[in-house]
Parts: sequence; C-alpha cells; structure tokens
Amino acid sequence: MAKESDASVQPSVREPVIQLRDAELRFGDRVLWHDLDLDVSPGEFVAVLGPNGTGKTSLLKVLLGQNTLSTGSAEVSGRRVHSGNSAIGYIPQQRGIDPHTPMRGRDLVRMGIDGHRWGTGLFSRGRKKKVDELLASVGAQDYADAPAGTLSGGELQRLRVAQALANDPSVLLCDEPLLSLDMHHQKVVAALLHEQRVRRGTSVVFVTHEINPILPYVDRILYIVGGHFLIGTPSEVMTTESLSRLYGSPVEVVRVGGRLVVVGGEEECVNHHVHSDELDPERGAI
Amino acid sequence: MSAAEIFGTLFTFEDYGELVALLANSLVAAALLGVVGGLISVFVMARDIPFAVHGVSELSFAGAAFALLVGFDVVGGSIIGSIIAALIIGVGGAKASEKNAIIGVLMPFGLGLAILFLALYDGRAASKFGLLTGQIVAITPGQIMTLVICSLVVLAVLALVWRPLMFASLDPEVARAKGVPVSVLTIVFMLTLGLAVALSVQVVGVLLVLALLITPAAAATQVSASPVWVPVLSVIFAVTASVGGILIALGSPVVPISPFVTTISFLIYLVCRIIGGRRMKSLHRRRTVRAARQHEAPALTTP
Repeated sequence: MAKESDASVQPSVREPVIQLRDAELRFGDRVLWHDLDLDVSPGEFVAVLGPNGTGKTSLLKVLLGQNTLSTGSAEVSGRRVHSGNSAIGYIPQQRGIDPHTPMRGRDLVRMGIDGHRWGTGLFSRGRKKKVDELLASVGAQDYADAPAGTLSGGELQRLRVAQALANDPSVLLCDEPLLSLDMHHQKVVAALLHEQRVRRGTSVVFVTHEINPILPYVDRILYIVGGHFLIGTPSEVMTTESLSRLYGSPVEVVRVGGRLVVVGGEEECVNHHVHSDELDPERGAI
Repeated sequence: MSAAEIFGTLFTFEDYGELVALLANSLVAAALLGVVGGLISVFVMARDIPFAVHGVSELSFAGAAFALLVGFDVVGGSIIGSIIAALIIGVGGAKASEKNAIIGVLMPFGLGLAILFLALYDGRAASKFGLLTGQIVAITPGQIMTLVICSLVVLAVLALVWRPLMFASLDPEVARAKGVPVSVLTIVFMLTLGLAVALSVQVVGVLLVLALLITPAAAATQVSASPVWVPVLSVIFAVTASVGGILIALGSPVVPISPFVTTISFLIYLVCRIIGGRRMKSLHRRRTVRAARQHEAPALTTP
C-alpha cells in the first residue's frame, strides 16, 4: 500500500461535504481499499477512476450507507453516513427501461422529490411546479410526458440529473453516468453536471472509466488500482510516472488529439475483476 | 349443429332478471375483485413478474384442494397456500434469475400436491372443477364476506405504500438511495399479491388468474404511461372483465364464467395493443425528430 501522492490540496477552507478517514472496505477476506483519506469540498468535482472491480461503485455505496466500512469513518455533510440521506443525490448506472413501463419522464423526476414518502401522493400541491422547474433546468421539457422507456440514453440521463437534484442535495454521487452514451451526449451530460454544480454549489463524485468527457471540469481524481490509490489534480495523477507507480508496472499516459489515453493499465487488474452483481445481491429484486 | 343452434345451446338468457337479482352479492364481489386485480396488476407490470402470479396461483390451488379434502374453508385454504408461496418467492428470490427458478420449482410441486388432494377427495366433482375454473356464483355469503374483507385489506395496504412501492418497483436503486425500504416493500407487496391471487381464484379459477392480475395493466400500459391513467384504466378493464363475464355467463346454461372473463379481458388487450402499436410508432418518430433537431443545433449547455 502506498499513498503515492499526498496532494489533497484543499481548494476551499469550508467544511468538507464528504470526509473519509482511514477508511477500509473489505468483502470477506478481500480488501478493496484501505487507509483512504478523502475530503471533498463544497462544489468540488472529484472523478473516481480505476479498472473494474476495484471498489469504485462500492465507495459510492459506502457514502449511501449501503456498504459498511470495515474500519475508519465516513461522513457526509458532517454526519455519519446513513441510508436515506437527503444530502445526497444519486445517479445510478443506466439500465434499459421497457417502453411499456408505466412511467413518464416527469414521473422519474417527481419520484426524486417525494417518491420515498408514504401514501398515494395524489394531492401533492406545488409538486408539479417544482417538477417543471427541474425539467426546465436540465432542458428536458420537450420529452417530459413521453414514456421513459421510449427516451434516448442522453435524454434519460438529463432526467436522472434533474431527479438527483430534486431535493437540493449537497453532493451528487454519479455511477458511470456516461456509460452507453455516444460522444456527443457524453459531453452534453458532463457539461450539464458541471453547470449544475457551479450554479448550486453541489459537489460531484463521479465514478467513471472514461476521463476525457469530464476532464475540463474535474478538480481532483481518485485513481484506485488493486487496493492502491492516488489522489490529486488531473495533471498530477494522469501522468506516465504516477500511474506506472500506482499500477506497479509500466503504464503510459499519452495525449491523442486532445484526449488522454492510458496504455497498458487495464490488463494488470484482470485478477481483481469482480462482477458488479456479485457485490450487489439486491439488484433485480422483485 | 348449425351456428345458430350452437348459439341457442350456449345462450338462452332464461329468467335473466331473476338470476341477476339472485347473484347480486356475487356481482359486488366480482366488481371489488376487479378493483383489486386492476391495481395489483399495475405493480405486476411495473415489477415485471407475471410468472410469479402464476406460481402463487398454483400453490393457492394446492391450499384450496387441501382445504376441500379436510373439510376446511376453501377460500381460507387458498389464501394460506398463496401467502406461503408469495413469501417464499419474496424472501428467496432476491435476484431475477433466482426468482424465476424458485417459481419454476414451486409450480409443479403445488400442482402435484393439488392433484393428490383432489384425487383423495371423494366429494362432489363440481367442487373440484370449481377450483380450476372459478366458482363465484356458487359461493356462500360467509365466503363473500371473507372476500370483501380481504379485498379491503389489500386496498388499504396499497393506499398506504403506493408511492414508495411504485418508486421501489420502477427505480429500485435510487429508491434505496433515498431510504425507501425496498426489501421490506417487496415482502409487503408479495403478501398483498398472495391475497389478491387467492381472491381472484374464486372468480376465474386457478388456471385463469392471469386474466385478472396481468392482462388489465398489460392492456393499460399499451395506451398510457401516466401514473394516474394506467391504474384507472387497469381497474376499468378488470371490472369490465369480471362483472361483464358473470353477466354474460348468466345467460348461458352450460358455459362456466371464466371463459367469458378471459375473453373480455383478451379482447380489451387486443384493442389496446392495436392502439398501442400506433402510439409507439409515433413516440419513436418523435424521438427521431428530437435527435435530428439536436444534431442540427447541438444544444450544448455551457461548455
């Protein structure tokens, strides 16, 4: 284990929105990561990178109160992590929606406002106005009344952003929100998230394996490889030297037409692969 | 036999007014079950678990057959059977693949048990047949009371958990992140589903439960995605099928009720499917138009 760089420079002196101290996460006798210290300031955009199965999604689940740290502590907005935290907006990995699912675009957003409350919610005042405002803020009014299952991936992600912002959270946790989007929509959704965090001062923790669409907006990167990690600004982390040390083998970071490409990284971690549904026994629950 | 003769045998509509008056209670029960079925089927569609409905109904059948054999109340037996099945599926089948396997394993077991109990039973053959094809016209006032109470329980539970249950059914990951007790709601829903199946078995029988618990919402979701209209349409469809089926069957001396219920249900679905086909085409056309518009004027927000 090596904390390769201690570049957790605080861009702001305000209270951190997320605070991880000596955090370790293990499943059985498999340690995903340990000794993780991370402070995320208000409005900060942090990308979480690394090969599959290194515990990026699991980190989000720790913050959501769904995975428990084996040691160390985790706080969101000054309070210990717990499930149902209204300070968090969550954008899950995209999955297909059947066109006949009884849910329109606006319903997805509305559930973000009061979907967790008991009762039928038939006579909720002022909710429509709030939904319309959220839809407008992400530019999704055009297709708000179309069934969610008939929307394109890009349109759906706009609605997901609106849904996650519904309760004015202090941090957005995004799990691969650009997956299965074409390059144009990757840029659009990344720009939208950036715009919202600037306007609202919301921090963003963004799990991804593709840094390029968000590179213009990222303040810091948490790069996890096989239990080791590196925290720093993109220019500190995304270099041949840093990543070679992190991977423990020669890795090359090259610039191709304005895009960063990591060569030789992913293969090193094949033995660390864990299928996401192994870590997530509740998926597809009836 | 000519077509007219067949029709004459099937439908006589003799003493129709008197029959309707005699069966007023059954009609009320059927209408109530239509409401329950219509609402439950919305969640069956939202959670995509029609197979589970069938699995539960087979164990409901076994419970009813056992009750018949030992002289216990048949409605009570079918409720116990289906609740056991619903709990096993709800607790055991966390993953989609597991769930289907568990249902597939339960189904033949339930059916086998039911056949065993019916073989051992040496009472009226009509009672056996009634379990398979529904028996609401032969139901006792006491049983109708049970149906009404259970239906009201299901409706009350649904009213209480409607919003979080819908959230958990449509968007389980975000629902969980928002603190919705997704796993608990799964069990609650499976219990109400078990009750609804046991109640519907009384109207349409074990074999045809799907006509009241799946088809109504399957038809409604063809023509709408609105969280208000889908349940409303689904209830209208289910009540039309259950009450309409009885009203038509009363005019026939030979044919049981369930074929009429299933036929009405099927015809409604067919019509909705045709309307829904056009609707989908236009929705996809609109999506293409949106994509093209965006391509011409890429609405990039602040880059």
